[in-house]
Amino acid sequence: MKFLPFIFRNLFRKKTRTILTIGSIAVALFLYGLLVTIETALNAGVDVAGVDRLVVRNKISLIMPLPLSYQERIRQIDHVSEVTFATWFGAIYQDPKNFFPQFAIDTESYRTVFPEFRIADDQWQSFLADRQGAVVGKTTAERFGWKVGDRIPLQGTIWTGTWEFNIRAIYQGSRAGDDETQFWFHWKFLEESRQWGKGTVGWYTVKVDDPDNSLLVSRKIDETFANSAYETSTETEQAFAASFAKQIGNIRMLVLSIGAVVLFTLLLVTGNTMAMAVRERVPELGVLKTLGFSDATVLFLVLSESLIIAAIGGLLGVGLVKLFTLGGDPTGGMLPMFYFSPGEMAVGIGIAVAVGLAAGSIPAVTAMHLRIVDALRRV
Amino acid sequence: MVSIDGSTHENSLVRVRDLNKVYRRGGETIEVLQGLNLDVERGEFVAFMGPSGSGKTTLLNLLGGLDTPTDGTVTVDGDVITSLSGRKLTSWRARHVGFIFQMYNLIPVLTAYQNVELPLLLTKLSKAQRRKHVETALALVGLGDRMEHYPRQLSGGQEQRVAIARAIVTDPTFLLCDEPTGDLDRTSAEEILDLLTELESEHGKTILMVTHDPLAAERADVVLHLDKGILVEAAEGTTVS
Repeated sequence: MKFLPFIFRNLFRKKTRTILTIGSIAVALFLYGLLVTIETALNAGVDVAGVDRLVVRNKISLIMPLPLSYQERIRQIDHVSEVTFATWFGAIYQDPKNFFPQFAIDTESYRTVFPEFRIADDQWQSFLADRQGAVVGKTTAERFGWKVGDRIPLQGTIWTGTWEFNIRAIYQGSRAGDDETQFWFHWKFLEESRQWGKGTVGWYTVKVDDPDNSLLVSRKIDETFANSAYETSTETEQAFAASFAKQIGNIRMLVLSIGAVVLFTLLLVTGNTMAMAVRERVPELGVLKTLGFSDATVLFLVLSESLIIAAIGGLLGVGLVKLFTLGGDPTGGMLPMFYFSPGEMAVGIGIAVAVGLAAGSIPAVTAMHLRIVDALRRV
Repeated sequence: MVSIDGSTHENSLVRVRDLNKVYRRGGETIEVLQGLNLDVERGEFVAFMGPSGSGKTTLLNLLGGLDTPTDGTVTVDGDVITSLSGRKLTSWRARHVGFIFQMYNLIPVLTAYQNVELPLLLTKLSKAQRRKHVETALALVGLGDRMEHYPRQLSGGQEQRVAIARAIVTDPTFLLCDEPTGDLDRTSAEEILDLLTELESEHGKTILMVTHDPLAAERADVVLHLDKGILVEAAEGTTVS
């Protein structure tokens, strides 16, 4: 602690250089934080997907429908406790950039299969009673300023025309990563109003009695519908969400690659700063050793400088990411879970500190091994 | 009493025996010090003179534990410093030696107060105790009113006085001065020499000083001459074998 004023004096003897180095670290950490946030947002569905839920889709493609009659047949399979379904609606609210996911749902079973979405009972009853009723996630409601009782017109893209809905309920997720951007309405309303595709649904979600039975049930479902006009492909909700995210590309790999390049550059920048700082101060380090500063103390002083630079830069960068993400999804709906978690913040600062240690270690060891007579000769 | 004959003196503070220092550069061997003996008693002010390359600074470095000899021993106040390990030598240096350099060697980003406080950071003294020591040392060198000044705000003579305050603040066993007036004008040099003389006569400090300046050497009790690594002559009052 008593060395702290000395360390800070040394740190800011070349203010411009120190500030630029801190700035470089802050920018690099900001980039890292942003990439991690995007990656997390893209994989949010994977992280919160239920381990006891299976998704049954058309084997050809997710956009191909399945017959409504499959619901009862799936229910008959052992270890299945509930089956619900949904259909992608894909309408536009005012402008295509106002994207949010809309599903026509089976109102009788949806809440049982997705208990993590919390809705006030009176609101749910009001939704059930209104054929044109809709339930909207809290994030989307806040985004457009919707409240219960509002009438919302959507422009159909799959089933054309203007579709009007009454907001009857607003749901909230019970876990940190739950998607609160969805818009649900009665599948029966879609069924009676659409011109084509009648008697079909988009996909089924199956709740199994025990996660250990998931593999068995998924095999049984696919076997049941094998060689039919609508063959199925069943997988866990987690696998389904992961494969959905992968359609955009291997984001994790991309983040890791860019992150590695950024960190390597950081290492060079910080390492260079510390090497220069030590090179300029060789005679002073010699004087310190002459006065009785041990090799370990000199190592500590130089490493501390490097660590402080990295920590300040890291805190700045991570703080900027936090500020940026507080504004919410910048894409207008593509990344509903745009959130920089405390855990990721800690990892960011940890990376900065590790870079500080690595970058400072060579100059610090050089300083530690300086021979006093050689150092003093450079005065 | 100072002697260079290697005879045993019970009261010697500094005792050097058969000291050799050899440098090897490429294929060349340079014998900087050759079988040097020296005894200095407590409270003496000794000046080493000699041409460049005669080994004065090397001798000072060996006496202060900054360098290790090729052969021979250096004993200070009973401690055989030439056999101490690196870490022990470092802590011995912090307790027993005060260094004063030609170029002052102050840390430019620290104030006079902070420069003088530096050696005390290695002790267990509290902040208040450190302040008391630093203020006393700076007052002794006449810079009690310049404590918050940075080296760049001080004259050469004042910088050297801060360096002297830094050297005496831990109350070391002896002071090693390497050309302490070498970078100063005559007036400032006289002030520094007055200060060193005062430290010896009034505070009983043992001072070993390397200098080229005959006027500086005159202030010492004893002047020893080094030539090609050998103490070849001594001024009056010195026992030579």
